[in-house]
Amino acid sequence: MKMIRAIIKPFRLDDVKEKLIAVGVTGLTVTEVRGHGRQKGHTELYRGAEYSVDFVPKTEITVVVMADMVDEVVEAIVEGARSGKVGDGKIFVSDVEKVIRIRTGESDAEALS
Amino acid sequence: MEQIAGDILQTKYALDTFYFLVMGAFVMWMAAGFSMLEAGLVRSKNTAEILTKNVVLYSIACIMYMLIGYNIMYGDSISSIIPGISFGLGADNEAAAVLAGGDDAPYYSNLSDFFFQVVFVATAMSIVSGAVAERMKLWAFFAFAIVFTGIIYPTQGMWKWGGGFLDEAGFLDFAGSGVVHMAGAAAALAGVLLLGARKGKYGKDGSVNAIPGANLPMATLGTFILWMGWFGFNGGSELKVSDIAEANATAMVFVNTNMAAAGGCVAALLLARLWFGKADLTMALNGALAGLVSITAEPLTPSPELATLIGAIGGALVVISIITLDTKFKIDDPVGAISVHGVVGLWGLLAVCISNPDATLSAQLLGIGVIFAWVFICSLIVWMVVKAVMGIRVSEEEEYEGLDVGECGLEAYPEFTQNRK
Repeated sequence: MKMIRAIIKPFRLDDVKEKLIAVGVTGLTVTEVRGHGRQKGHTELYRGAEYSVDFVPKTEITVVVMADMVDEVVEAIVEGARSGKVGDGKIFVSDVEKVIRIRTGESDAEALS
Repeated sequence: MEQIAGDILQTKYALDTFYFLVMGAFVMWMAAGFSMLEAGLVRSKNTAEILTKNVVLYSIACIMYMLIGYNIMYGDSISSIIPGISFGLGADNEAAAVLAGGDDAPYYSNLSDFFFQVVFVATAMSIVSGAVAERMKLWAFFAFAIVFTGIIYPTQGMWKWGGGFLDEAGFLDFAGSGVVHMAGAAAALAGVLLLGARKGKYGKDGSVNAIPGANLPMATLGTFILWMGWFGFNGGSELKVSDIAEANATAMVFVNTNMAAAGGCVAALLLARLWFGKADLTMALNGALAGLVSITAEPLTPSPELATLIGAIGGALVVISIITLDTKFKIDDPVGAISVHGVVGLWGLLAVCISNPDATLSAQLLGIGVIFAWVFICSLIVWMVVKAVMGIRVSEEEEYEGLDVGECGLEAYPEFTQNRK
């Protein structure tokens, strides 16, 4: 089982969600986050004085799937989130030891289905 | 015939009184405009405190002006410089005095006059509130408000509108570019100079940091409310509406007031766009208010086209003034009150000379000098006394945490900041 965390541009969320559902992802978690990569922040102007916004608003989505689905899911996220401009975000894939569905006590593959 | 003449006089008296009261209510609503404008241009951690300040300063102004201020300004004075002291409000007009007719007969209720004047004091005091925002102690501000609304404002008001020496010298100020707006700004400037800038506003290397306001929709609503209230401020200052000439004059005042605001808004936005490269909304808002302040000293004699131009010059001036005070003099004025009401108030007083043949530059300059010097020096002394007795600035920690919690013990938006269920 793998956890896929992707940091994307907030306005790309709907596209990414649709692509994920299309490849069979049943659930995902979304978090509003702030940060920057190579894009850095940007400056804004208020009453003639510039101020910098170092951490740009981003959306983080978390999906846990069986290992055989990882490539499809990553592909879906890239398709949904890519605009081709700096700041499109990153995807992190890591192992997950155990998954338990709280309601039934099912675990791992059963809990993910 | 006599019966009909009497009825007409009564009707006119009722109409002029009614007009005065409604215009007064319009000006009272400006307190809401200042509250929204200031709440929008400060950070959210200081919202509840600035709202408290606005609603309480209005109330203090009303009480102090009733107790002594109104009599200082309009009561029997000792000389044309020294006002008399008496307390409370007198009786209203007798019917016989009104029905006697003639030039000296009263044509509106005395109490309606008090009501109209009292809301002006509150306006002047509101100007101070925005300039000292986000760092002044709440109770120090209230202490100053008591003295300003009870004594400092009414005394210079008496010099002009109470028939004192500025009025005798031919100084013209229709609705208060000087008596109300520049006076408020002078008191604010004295306070800001003693208070210092907000923490983090200016870097050690002299850099200027922006501290963006929390809620620009609220600031915009506040500006529109002030714009509307200004019809009462200037329109009511015509004092009479019940014959053809006065009705036409009142309409002219309304039109010019509106045009000047429009001119100021557009000019400020254009200048901001040319200067900074972006259409800064807060400058457009300050520009509209600057247009209004510009025309307040003389909203009757200019043509609507000239009124637009006078307002536009005010709007351009306010942008230059805000940036100059901020970058050159390091005077931290979160809402731009000193520029809008002080610098532009001065322009408004000078602009009287453009359209009013009765105005003289020397009398206008005398009025500007006297009002500014009186209010600034008195205010500086009072602020110093308050500073010595109770301090005027909150602790650095409180400033960082926000005055809402420090001064009021509550937050304007608790669910945002604490994520309560």
